[in-house]
Amino acid sequence: MTVRQRKAVALVKTPIYLDYQATTPMDERVLAAMMPYLTTAYGNPHSSTHSFGWQAEAALDIAREQVAGLIAAKPHEIYFTSGATETNNMVIKGVMGIWGRKKPKLVTVATEHKCVLEAAIFCRDQGYELEILPVAKDGLLDLNRLQDAVDDRTALVSVMAVNNEIGVIQPLEAIGEIVHEKGALFHTDAAQAYGKIPLDVNDIQADYMSISGHKIYGPKGVGALFKSSERQNTLMPLFSGGGQEAGLRSGTQAPALVAGLGAASVIAQTEMLAEATQIGNLMARLKARLFEALPDLTINGHVSKRWQGNLNICFPGIDGDLLLANIRDLAVSSGAACASAMTGPSYVLEAIGCDEAVAKSSLRIGIGRFTTADEIDYAAEKLVAATVSLGGLKP
Amino acid sequence: MSANMKTPIYLDYNATSPIRPSVIDAVTSAMQSVGNPSSVHGAGRSARSAVEQARAKIAAMVNARPRDVMFCSGGTEASNAALYGAQASSLIISAIEHECVQAAADASDLPVFRAPVAESGVILLNELEDLLCKAPSGALVSVMAANNETGAIQPIAQIAEIARKHGALFHCDAVQAAGRIPLDIGALGTNYLTLSSHKIGGPQGVGAIVLSPTAPLKPLIVGGGQELGRRSGTENVAGIVGFGEAAMEAMAAIPDMARLALLRDRLEGQMRAHAPTAVIIGAAAERLANTSCIAIPGLKGETQVMHFDLAGICISSGSACSSGKVKVSHVLSAMGYSEHIAASSIRVSFGYQTEKSDVDAFFEAWKSLYDRKAAQGGGFG
Repeated sequence: MTVRQRKAVALVKTPIYLDYQATTPMDERVLAAMMPYLTTAYGNPHSSTHSFGWQAEAALDIAREQVAGLIAAKPHEIYFTSGATETNNMVIKGVMGIWGRKKPKLVTVATEHKCVLEAAIFCRDQGYELEILPVAKDGLLDLNRLQDAVDDRTALVSVMAVNNEIGVIQPLEAIGEIVHEKGALFHTDAAQAYGKIPLDVNDIQADYMSISGHKIYGPKGVGALFKSSERQNTLMPLFSGGGQEAGLRSGTQAPALVAGLGAASVIAQTEMLAEATQIGNLMARLKARLFEALPDLTINGHVSKRWQGNLNICFPGIDGDLLLANIRDLAVSSGAACASAMTGPSYVLEAIGCDEAVAKSSLRIGIGRFTTADEIDYAAEKLVAATVSLGGLKP
Repeated sequence: MSANMKTPIYLDYNATSPIRPSVIDAVTSAMQSVGNPSSVHGAGRSARSAVEQARAKIAAMVNARPRDVMFCSGGTEASNAALYGAQASSLIISAIEHECVQAAADASDLPVFRAPVAESGVILLNELEDLLCKAPSGALVSVMAANNETGAIQPIAQIAEIARKHGALFHCDAVQAAGRIPLDIGALGTNYLTLSSHKIGGPQGVGAIVLSPTAPLKPLIVGGGQELGRRSGTENVAGIVGFGEAAMEAMAAIPDMARLALLRDRLEGQMRAHAPTAVIIGAAAERLANTSCIAIPGLKGETQVMHFDLAGICISSGSACSSGKVKVSHVLSAMGYSEHIAASSIRVSFGYQTEKSDVDAFFEAWKSLYDRKAAQGGGFG
């Protein structure tokens, strides 16, 4: 390391947040867009009798266009929810609730987010048929397996866009093609992809897409459902009430949160290309520094067909918990944040064929919009030093 | 709202409340910290700690154990989650429940029984008991603590007692009552209590169910296992923090309800004196101090709200959730009011920012409309 690098490292502010797949820091511009609705424009969008209500409703309309714009959808195809977990539950249970009697089969993938898998298991417990497809060692879905699994009894296929643990990007266009050929409906959980990689619902042939606010520098507690306007009456609401969101999702919408999701979407759309390049460069720098010092590191998941803000990396022979204890000023994850309450190795790593030892030696490092080169250098130095102090890699 | 326009007078607190200034600070500061409460690193742990502090505040508001507070996206989700999650054999709801309870009950595949109310808007306990005798065992009773349209307070402790006697679980939608009357889930005997943040001066998009220690709850939303497995999904940390702050403020401000009661009673007196045919809906019941539902027979509710809007005063005709549709309030129908009266009703609801001058302005605006219509031979009555 050069003297100049050392100086930069010394100046970096810790702890360094490197867990962008768990959640992202809110962008100041997003907060600014939310403030009017937290302060003066506090109306209930359902209040049709006065200006506070109209103003709040207008906020929803604007955000609907902003969200739709990012995925080439129409504004009326966007429905606001409390987050991607709710949306995933809504689509999986809701589609099976309507179509399950005619087409009892649901197909999904072993590496899906816990909420997709749990909702799918809920459906199986209701008596529907569930097929969970395996993935290859690189984390990608085998399209031939998909071909075989989807039949004319299949109501819904749910495949995520970008994996939350290993970052791999599934071939959504090819998947959409196969699913529709077989006459099934296609849902993609895009919580980790929306706002980060280009998504066009027409190219993907998505019938439903799940969207999250807090993964794209927006607020927690808000997400969206995209439902193709060609799919009428295909979804049973998860909850009922005042009939908001065209009757699909009752409950007073939160204009501040929704405006935040809208603003985050616009920023993502404008800056996506430049940001992806910047993040790709920083990730290349991190990998270069790490592999230079520790050539026996291995990457979990496909090396290039992945969101570059994610690195799931195995330190062979090193206990992940010990490693974490030695890098306390780096906020990284040893598994999916959502799975941290559970013990045992990550089911995603298990699904790509990692044994328990590999899984226990792996870290998830997530970088994003606010990550700097100095932070990358600092993190690399810390990780290398901690590994060395723990006796080095034992491949 | 342009700068040269007078700020409208907001008298629609039962639809939503302006966020309290201290809550705005708490929410914006929470939004500036990163961290998923499920993450084990420092950022995650401070998010977790913020959520748990807020949970203790919500628990304190209703004298519950913090672990019995389950956060979710709002009152509608909470009530749906309770109705489905209790896994009851049938649902017995009052005829004046909020749309979310009515619709959730109807959307379930369970038998639904509706308990009628008296003309005062208070549930008829003997009728409720009859239904409990008729319904299959293992029912869930759902009755709101206070009605959103009339403010009528229901005899919650008695309802809980009757439900318990018949082996039924009891859900109470306390969205409108919270922060306006003291609530103690132990004394009330509820198994599920629905709370909403934005009705008590907190942000929209967050609410809670408060469970009794033994109440079962099958989750409506599954996944990462947050909220002790009862409600999955990354917690709305800033929203929850704001909800907690609002709960503290609202609790401390309950004595202020006496001030609002004086304003409300004075207003109703003035209106009745000016318009002898005026009907104060639910006047015979014990009501929330902030709510007034008034019908001037013959003077259409929509005409009134339009007039008030032009006068810069925000009120509602019926509940916010039914005002989008041209539909007579199910609450007023259940109380036995004719369509004629129901269609002539407006709802005025006060809150922490309401001053005497606001209420005076409302009365003056109302009087000018009334006098104009009367001069035109309005056909009142």
